Amino acid sequence: MTAPITTAAVPPAGAVFPKKHYLNDGTTIRSWLLTHDHKRIAILYLVAVIIALFLGGVFAMVIRLELLTPGPTIIEALTYNRMFTLHGLVMIFMFMIPVIPAVFGNFFLPIMLGAKDVAFPKWNLTSWYVYIFGSALMLWGLITGGADTGWTFYTPYSTTTTTNIAPVMLGVFIIGFSSILTGLNFIVTIHTLRAPGVTWFKMPLFIWAVYATSIIQVLATPVLGLTTLLVAAEHTFGFGFFDPARGGDPILFQHLFWFYSHPAVYIMVLPSMGVISEVICAVARKNIFGYKMIAMSSLGIAFVGFFAWGHHLFTSGQSAFDAGAFAAISMLVGVFTAIKVFNWVGTLYKGAIAFTAPFAYVCGFLFFLVFGGMTGVALATVSLDVHWQDTYFVVAHFHFIMVGAVIMGFLAALHYWFPKMFGRKYPENWALLAAGLIVLGFNATFIPQFLLGNAGMPRRYYEYPERFTALNVASTAGASLLAFGFVIIAIYLAIALRYGEVAGRNPWGSRGYEWDVPSPPPTENFDKVPVFTRGPHEYHDIPEDLAKVGHAS
Amino acid sequence: MQASAVRKMTPEGWLEPPPLPHHYDTVENHQNALRFGMWLFLGTEVLLFAGIFVGYFVFRTYFPEAFEQAGRHLSLFWGTTNTLLLLTSSLTVAMAHYNAEHGKNRNAFWLLTVSILMGAGFLCVKGIEYHDKFVEAALPGKFFHFTEITAPGGPVFYVVYFFSTGLHALHVIVGMSLLTWVAVRCWRKEFSPTYYSPVENAGLYWHLVDLVWIFLYPLLYLV
Repeated sequence: MTAPITTAAVPPAGAVFPKKHYLNDGTTIRSWLLTHDHKRIAILYLVAVIIALFLGGVFAMVIRLELLTPGPTIIEALTYNRMFTLHGLVMIFMFMIPVIPAVFGNFFLPIMLGAKDVAFPKWNLTSWYVYIFGSALMLWGLITGGADTGWTFYTPYSTTTTTNIAPVMLGVFIIGFSSILTGLNFIVTIHTLRAPGVTWFKMPLFIWAVYATSIIQVLATPVLGLTTLLVAAEHTFGFGFFDPARGGDPILFQHLFWFYSHPAVYIMVLPSMGVISEVICAVARKNIFGYKMIAMSSLGIAFVGFFAWGHHLFTSGQSAFDAGAFAAISMLVGVFTAIKVFNWVGTLYKGAIAFTAPFAYVCGFLFFLVFGGMTGVALATVSLDVHWQDTYFVVAHFHFIMVGAVIMGFLAALHYWFPKMFGRKYPENWALLAAGLIVLGFNATFIPQFLLGNAGMPRRYYEYPERFTALNVASTAGASLLAFGFVIIAIYLAIALRYGEVAGRNPWGSRGYEWDVPSPPPTENFDKVPVFTRGPHEYHDIPEDLAKVGHAS
Repeated sequence: MQASAVRKMTPEGWLEPPPLPHHYDTVENHQNALRFGMWLFLGTEVLLFAGIFVGYFVFRTYFPEAFEQAGRHLSLFWGTTNTLLLLTSSLTVAMAHYNAEHGKNRNAFWLLTVSILMGAGFLCVKGIEYHDKFVEAALPGKFFHFTEITAPGGPVFYVVYFFSTGLHALHVIVGMSLLTWVAVRCWRKEFSPTYYSPVENAGLYWHLVDLVWIFLYPLLYLV
């Protein structure tokens, strides 16, 4: 059934804030730091990733300011190298990997499955501490040791650099453990804690996306762990595993590294796709188009993603056959992604769309995903890649496809679920303004970088020829817009936390399972095990007063 | 920690199982979740070792002669002794699991103790082997000064050797800690037909440690 539904969401009149909920069930610091409640752990993660986003953003702004002029601008060359290393590591390992699974996955996965908590709540809390400890070690190592290798740690530079990289490698290794714990917890939860009625094909699509992500986290992260240990050992003891002078092979490093780090791209982007599947139904007020296709394409991306790593090695002396095979497999990712895009657009078609901030981010997401994805297919073409390898074209491509998509997914999720998580609404007009600034700023930052890369500007260079000045200035201006948008969001969300209008159970009139519990949800989520009789994306038989439908009250 | 309720001794001679965590509806479901979680974790361990196995095969292809020569310089006697120790300890762990499942906590305790001792024996033998290598200076990378390996690639073999067996030894230590923890709980008679998953999961981990060695032994010592 995909008949369009034209009833708009009815805002609940006179919604009251519940007296007891997870946020006021214990107010001491201790009750937060020792909590086993998946919702509180999600909030702990939210605080941590926002700090990471802030730090990574500051480092990015320093890089952009340095590149404002062709010569030295504000920092020295070595500081510049450290800045892009800091930016990459903080953004990838501290922000983009955990952001959606660990925050929104933790918060909503049990609720969407009708469970009271994740399978192993203690391990869930442990994962947060492991994440904090690993991040602290990594940052400490970066700041005191001054690693300047970039986030990819390519050998032989990383094993011979005079900066101290061992603590950084250990930090990454430890953060990897937290990622494994989260993924493992989610997989077991999905298998064992689904409420009656939630069969596999009645799971919300967000769950499918998180499930696919978790598989990658569990299977790929250990290989990165081993690789970081090898690099740390080699740098410290001079083992020569990756050193040709002692019989080692630096290309082996690239294989091991990208075996994790390519699938890691899907750890970042798949959960965002899940968020979009949830939001798009609620804003279009229509059943999701092609539920099974979207669910299965998540698994398809996870599977194919494991066999695409070789496209990072096109210029590393790979055989022509290998290059061709990896190129073809990489393009398959585009097929699965296109399936999703068609289904999302099919969902929007003839829907009764409410142009809210989450929808603005959905639009941004679709644009970045399609544009970034198409440039990805172009980059997977070996003959083209040889020209673009290590240029700003690659930088712009992966910022579009993973950063753009993750930021859009994160902000869509934050706005869509803000009323559920904190029980209050955010100001819609400010949110739309900020969304506009962010989508515009993101484009203004990275479209010039596509052009720069195509004109031959290499990545990670401290200086550039005069003729690239205009585009670099444009890019820095775009980054400033982007930062400005984030500042606006931070301000209005902070105000809304306290003074926002009370949201009530279901301000969007959404059919997602999570909207059946009060906002904010009680500590136990449900009074008794809920029974779901409908699908999670069904809008064809909406009850008259959707806001009052629920299980626990 | 909030004082957990004191668990009573049942007439059968074991403690009653700990209360079911609030978010599970049945004991079976909880046990399934724990078991499934352990299997997934073992999956991550397999992938961790997979990286070093890839390294082994890559470098064996590059330097077949050095790998052959170096393999012959490893002590077949100690390697085989260790294989026997570890395989036997896996058997006693499996027997401990069986006994715990049937509430025979004391038997399980002694079987686990024997397994832990065999694990310790394994580490001692490994220590002897490492010592010999240090004496010969058959060491990784820049520390390699072993003259009997004439073919190029000797230093790389010892990186693979020390890294893989070192990582494995680390897992032996972790496994022994886990076994000690469940052995103590066996002594307290905590396990029964309805509650024995800690023994099962610690045992699964030990079997993985064993399994990794089953691959390392032929690749390093025999081939």
